[in-house]
Amino acid sequence: MLAKRIIPCLDVKDGRVVKGTNFEGLRDMADPVEMAGFYNNSGADELVFYDITASAEGRNLFTDILRRVASEIFIPLTVGGGIRTLDDFDRVLKCGADKVSVNSGAIADPGIIGAAAKKYGDQCVVLSMDVKRVDGQFRLFAKGGREDTGLDAMDWAVRGVAAGAGEIVLNSIDTDGVKQGFDLEMLDTLAARVNVPVIASGGAGKMEDFAKLFTHPGIDAGLAASIFHTRQVDIKKLKQYLRTQGVEMRI
Amino acid sequence: MIAIVDYGVGNLFSLSSSLKALGFSAEVTGNGEKLRAAERIILPGVGAFGDAKAKLDATGLVPVLQEEARKKPLLGICLGMQLLFEQSFEYGEHPGLGLVPGQVVDLRNDLTDKMLKVPHMGWNSLQIQKSDPLFRYFRDGEYVYYVHSFYAKDCAASTVGTSQYGNVAVTGVVRNGYVWGTQFHPEKSGDAGLRLLKAFAEL
Repeated sequence: MLAKRIIPCLDVKDGRVVKGTNFEGLRDMADPVEMAGFYNNSGADELVFYDITASAEGRNLFTDILRRVASEIFIPLTVGGGIRTLDDFDRVLKCGADKVSVNSGAIADPGIIGAAAKKYGDQCVVLSMDVKRVDGQFRLFAKGGREDTGLDAMDWAVRGVAAGAGEIVLNSIDTDGVKQGFDLEMLDTLAARVNVPVIASGGAGKMEDFAKLFTHPGIDAGLAASIFHTRQVDIKKLKQYLRTQGVEMRI
Repeated sequence: MIAIVDYGVGNLFSLSSSLKALGFSAEVTGNGEKLRAAERIILPGVGAFGDAKAKLDATGLVPVLQEEARKKPLLGICLGMQLLFEQSFEYGEHPGLGLVPGQVVDLRNDLTDKMLKVPHMGWNSLQIQKSDPLFRYFRDGEYVYYVHSFYAKDCAASTVGTSQYGNVAVTGVVRNGYVWGTQFHPEKSGDAGLRLLKAFAEL
């Protein structure tokens, strides 16, 4: 059977990884290429890179980094951040990305999901969503969680999958940064509505949070950033621990 | 030199980088003479069978591949492996290269647990069914990275490795003479995948 996946996420700005980086034994503590190598050697099942730069220079730096990572690291790479058009897909795929994650770009133009799925295949299109509880509803937010779209997030996910999204990253704004565990209620609601892999994001603080996450059979992967970057949770140890808890892990 | 067949399908960056990282010379090419001159050939591929086969047909390389496959190691990866078979039933009925007996069918139809997600996407462990030089550096049960919705069937004689998904033993690796195929992506399967590529490059 398929192993559950552990995915570190690297937010890259102006060529550097941001968000609590505290690596020991690395020459450059926030160099994305070195961090990618470190995660590859620790057993990460996939890497996610988000480009959070706005400038053209930053974007060029990002694609350079991506190309360097893709020529050294041979596990799946997902890239997101500022993806709005098929040209954006093309640009990052040519640099070695395997999957492309769309968020606000798909909210602005939902047609991008279907167009990209048709051109590159469903497996290439990841729909990433930021979701928060508002008036008893799971509400979809845009622009990095700053803008309430008024849309029901679960309906949006169903639409996205119907259009060709092959995977969904659900980031709960309610649990993000709180480090008290993933938003299991929100994740279960999503998993009951879609039949593509669901990647949980937001809320992981310790190893036990992942063990609890994977008792929910509809969830395929756990994604986190700072707890891995700060070494609060070590991926190698996490995977060994999860295996002792009966979770299928690639070790 | 290892020739990676370029027929306008898929992303060949990782594949050529992984061979280069292993220290082998690789060239992405759509030139028939270069395929004839190469020591080994890799046929990659992603997407739908019919579309990919039409593109491969359009290059005129099919007879070259069929001929060279009798003389030197050829490795099909993912859709490239599916193209090796006699036919596929993905959106219609399409003839393949006929280098490995068997056919390519919808995985969904054979899964009894309808809750299982298709595509079969992610890391699954590969069980060695028959010893093969491709497994020279590979340990039984190591994990490899799959992304596919169709799979090869009726090919027991050439199946050398499988991965279990629900009730289905997914054909993971096939071998028929000089022809090998992997349903998963060795170039995305971390160290275990690189070791398979190394074994292929040393065959």
